[in-house]
Amino acid sequence: MNTILKKETLSPSVKLYEIEAPLIAQKALPGQFVVVRIVEEGERIPLTIADSDPERGILTLIVQEVGKTTEHMGLLDEGMAILDVAGPLGLPSEIENYGTVVMVGGGIGIAPIYPITKGMKAAGNRVISIIGARSENLLFYIDKMKAVSDEFIITTDDGTSGIKGFVTDELKRLIDEGVKIDRVVAIGPTIMMKMVSEVTRPYEIPTIVSLNSIMVDGTGMCGACRVEIDGETKFACVDGPEFDGHKVDFDLLMQRQAMYIEQEKKSLECFRENLVHRI
Amino acid sequence: MAKIEPKKTAMPEQPASERIQNFDEVPYGYTEEMAIAEAKRCIQCKDPKCIEGCPVEIDIPGFIRLIAEGDFRGSVRVMKEKNLLPAVCGRVCPQEDQCEKFCVLGKKFEPVAIGRLERFIADWEARQGEAEIPKPAPPTGKKVAIVGSGPAGLTVAGDLIKLGHKITIFEALHKPGGVLVYGIPEFRLPKEIVFREVDYLQKLGVELITSFIVGRTKTVDELLTEYDAVFLGTGAGLPWFMFIPGENSKGIYSANEYLTRSNLMKAYRFPEYDTPIMQGKRVATIGGGNVAMDSARTALRLGAEESIVIYRRSKTEMPARDEEIEHAEEEGVIFNFLTNPVAYHADKDGWVKEIECIRMELGEPDASGRRRPVPIENSNFREPIDTVVVAIGNSPNPLVPATTPGLETTKHGTIVVDETTGRTSKKGVFAGGDIVTGAATVILAMGAGRVAARSIDEYLKTGEW
Repeated sequence: MNTILKKETLSPSVKLYEIEAPLIAQKALPGQFVVVRIVEEGERIPLTIADSDPERGILTLIVQEVGKTTEHMGLLDEGMAILDVAGPLGLPSEIENYGTVVMVGGGIGIAPIYPITKGMKAAGNRVISIIGARSENLLFYIDKMKAVSDEFIITTDDGTSGIKGFVTDELKRLIDEGVKIDRVVAIGPTIMMKMVSEVTRPYEIPTIVSLNSIMVDGTGMCGACRVEIDGETKFACVDGPEFDGHKVDFDLLMQRQAMYIEQEKKSLECFRENLVHRI
Repeated sequence: MAKIEPKKTAMPEQPASERIQNFDEVPYGYTEEMAIAEAKRCIQCKDPKCIEGCPVEIDIPGFIRLIAEGDFRGSVRVMKEKNLLPAVCGRVCPQEDQCEKFCVLGKKFEPVAIGRLERFIADWEARQGEAEIPKPAPPTGKKVAIVGSGPAGLTVAGDLIKLGHKITIFEALHKPGGVLVYGIPEFRLPKEIVFREVDYLQKLGVELITSFIVGRTKTVDELLTEYDAVFLGTGAGLPWFMFIPGENSKGIYSANEYLTRSNLMKAYRFPEYDTPIMQGKRVATIGGGNVAMDSARTALRLGAEESIVIYRRSKTEMPARDEEIEHAEEEGVIFNFLTNPVAYHADKDGWVKEIECIRMELGEPDASGRRRPVPIENSNFREPIDTVVVAIGNSPNPLVPATTPGLETTKHGTIVVDETTGRTSKKGVFAGGDIVTGAATVILAMGAGRVAARSIDEYLKTGEW
């Protein structure tokens, strides 16, 4: 169970894993996530599901190496297993025919935006996708995203691919050009989701964001992931992870995401040190 | 007849000043001599009242008599006829409100230390190495799914496997034990003990599947297509907050999160274990129950200079067990009674810096029979604080009820059952423990498990609902 069947490097710090998890693959819907733990001493971390194949019983996870657990995961080879994979968790994305939808994926957020985009396309929407990253080498899933989009835009901060600039610039351009947008779904760094929500707010375009707060169990038991939506406390793991971007207190979320920044640094240092010793 | 010792045989324990430096268990337990001496205090009533106080009907005079005679093996057998988790119950049952409350000795003297003897006999068995595995019952061909591996689920599993049914336990977390593992701290209930008891059930043939979230990985309806009956023992896992200003500041935890990080994830051994936890210097725990005591004592062990319990009523109304309050006091936990938080104040980075409280006074008795705490106007005051644990209670986890059509629940989110059978409104589905009662005790959950197991067996035999 949970065997890594395929591992692929998408960009220097981003890896794709195909994992044998038939029960979860049968149930997973766009927008949902799993909680994984990779070693006995390990922490539990939430990872969004990038794709699932119920027939083959395969779950695709795309992981950016940002800390101890994700770096350690990067060392696992095909044929090895992930200790625990639990899910699918969270509420699935709301997918229906809204008309024209703009799908915004930033950085690692391209991974979770893909299955939702695929769903939006299948539901009959006109899909405009904007994906962006700091630089060309951080982009992935370009062909897959293109295949499920009617219009496809790439932005990079440094201009190495697509249009030089931010995803929000392109979103703003579409609005200014008078494109009638019925819904925006944005997944990426918290600051990006905040900016996207600010761009659409004056036009009252329904904007959905997916919040990646710190979690422990991921099943509604601990409240580590609590966020404020329109002043009300919600648990991202069971009430979300998707919420109305115009109601999210992003500043609180960013503060809470930084709660263990010191410990995370220490944990990563210890891990790298031990690794050197072992080699 | 020999003269009866008026007091319980004392149980040796780690001195308070030492134990707040570690997470090791506080009491050491009885030696064989102590256990025999205590067992001899039992006068072996013809009509023992103590059994009436036990939700799982242990033959209390029976197992105590065998200890007094030095037949520990025999005592284990008597115990395990009714209770498969004696090492757990001996440690966490509120015996003062149950068996020991009814002990006849208690009228004149201290009651027999039934809990300590139960613990002794369980630990004695563990020291002998492998537990005795009874001969398996002939298989009935019936399959039962148990959702949740806490005290209720484990009891149902133990009772039904002995009757020859095939049992599978589904646990959402990565380790079995439910609240025994994520909630109750190591210093009160070593996790090794819980895993030993679960291991015993697995040796009896119980199948355990972890990281399986019923309601998500599979629904109850799907389980019903593979199993003849389903027992729901999913507990009260949804933490309450007070929804006061600043409560989402950094450094403020639910007790569930604080204890899960420390107990299940072993954050007290960070960075050896990955999961971090705030090691606050001035920690406030809100609430007056056992979970609050566990949190306040955990804070001390994580290095708090001051661990303060803030409770809106007075000491007499505290729902925590006396023993837990005593242990907390010995360890230096500070109690702030008749006080209630109204807001938290954070710095510019969002870290909690101050707790704002209001003084309370006791008014007329409320629905619970306890005097209602009433705020005293203009009595607000602020104190510096760097970590807060909100331990004011939990409600049932809504996941299973929300994904199970036809399952009747109350307005509090608990599952409606027939108390005498544990039957829910849905055919083939039984429930017991905190998911039915709301947050209560380990032994009550086990008692409910016992009731449900009996009626599941009957249903499997007759097929009648």
